[in-house]
Amino acid sequence: MSAKLSNAQIAWRAAQDIEDGAYVNLGIGFPEMVAKFQPRGKQAIFHTENGVLNFGEAPAEGEEDWDLINAGKKAITLRPGAAFFHHADSFAMVRGGHLDVAILGAYEVAENGDLANWSTGPKGVPAVGGAMDLVHGAKRVAVITDHVTKDGKPKLLKRCTLPLTGVGCVTRVYTSLAVVDIEHARFVLREKLPAMSVAELQAVTGAELVVPGRIGDLVAPEL
Amino acid sequence: MDKTVPDLATAVQGIETGMTLMVGGFGGSGAPVELIHALIDRFRATGSPGKLTVVNNNTGNGRIGLAAMIDQGMVAKMICSFPRSVDARAFTERYLAGQIGLELVPQGTLAERIRAGGAGIPAFYTPASYGTDVGNGKPVAEFDGKHYVQERWLKADAALIKAETADRLGNLTYRRAARNFSPLMATAAALTVVQVARIVEPGAIDPEVVVTPGIFVDRIVAVPNAKQEEALMRGGVAYA
Repeated sequence: MSAKLSNAQIAWRAAQDIEDGAYVNLGIGFPEMVAKFQPRGKQAIFHTENGVLNFGEAPAEGEEDWDLINAGKKAITLRPGAAFFHHADSFAMVRGGHLDVAILGAYEVAENGDLANWSTGPKGVPAVGGAMDLVHGAKRVAVITDHVTKDGKPKLLKRCTLPLTGVGCVTRVYTSLAVVDIEHARFVLREKLPAMSVAELQAVTGAELVVPGRIGDLVAPEL
Repeated sequence: MDKTVPDLATAVQGIETGMTLMVGGFGGSGAPVELIHALIDRFRATGSPGKLTVVNNNTGNGRIGLAAMIDQGMVAKMICSFPRSVDARAFTERYLAGQIGLELVPQGTLAERIRAGGAGIPAFYTPASYGTDVGNGKPVAEFDGKHYVQERWLKADAALIKAETADRLGNLTYRRAARNFSPLMATAAALTVVQVARIVEPGAIDPEVVVTPGIFVDRIVAVPNAKQEEALMRGGVAYA
């Protein structure tokens, strides 16, 4: 089996599908990395739940304005044409179908589009934030994730085993090994690492991969 | 008509034991630190207000603001979406010891419940949480082939919020992303108390830029050099 994609490369791959001018919400943590890899000439407008559209990268250390943060409570900057709004308007943008893309992390994704990404079980303090809203309403809900867990178990499953964030909500999954669409409650393979066979990929996937006639090569630059 | 009050202690008068209290802010952005500390001062001096139900997106950070209020044992229950932060000891320790309640609400649902409370809408349907543990047990209805969960309005006895500029009639503007939940909370509380960086005469705020109209505001107190919660936290400050 060839080397899997790094997190940066998975984020890069997801960024290639974002259209110029698209309104995009990136989940906190790993998905935030997608913003760094927008193709030249394509500029998305990023939304954050706490009431900012069109924010830019983090300010230099010491330049932070702590009234200007993203949903992960990290300091941000504004791009020309930014807007502020309150939380009800912010989630009207989310649930009302106004966002083009939401990109989220995942513990598990099921072939029927169910997503589990907020809780690993009843231990500790439960926290959901905006995840259960974000999975509804965006035109595309994409997940970026390693293809398997740290223990090598599949994260793409027939049914999720962990508490759900939303049902039937995910439309595309970018993993360290493949790009998979969810169509009619099935995983449809779109791209895979060129050196990996479909059988090898199927062996680390917890539900059947539908293999259409043509499968693209999943290739990312060194990052 | 003048809604200004002379000091913080006066601003938080009437907030009593057992009340539901909305507190503005998202993390440190927009957190009304001085109003919260004024409430803590009264609790230390008189033992009241305690047993509060507090509505905020989070549960405080470090040893200041909302976290300090929890540390003091003033809070019986939190209604929030994300009870985690860089330093969430105050809430986490009490929660795991069974000393504080938690009603976990998806963030957009929390915002809309507050909006509904202020707008006189007792319930509404949202797709968020359908088919999840959080939505479990709530009424569900199908509209145009999709399932939605019924959620109820959220109202409070009082709201403590932070804005940038107020005129004496209570019209408010906010600073950058610090507005977040505050314009909603101002509508949903019986008593809305606002700390502002500056108070101006009526007419000095362009009506085109008013975010919260004064009808939603009851008391205004000037706090010219307000502390930013994140800066206090990073400075290791404790209000205890």
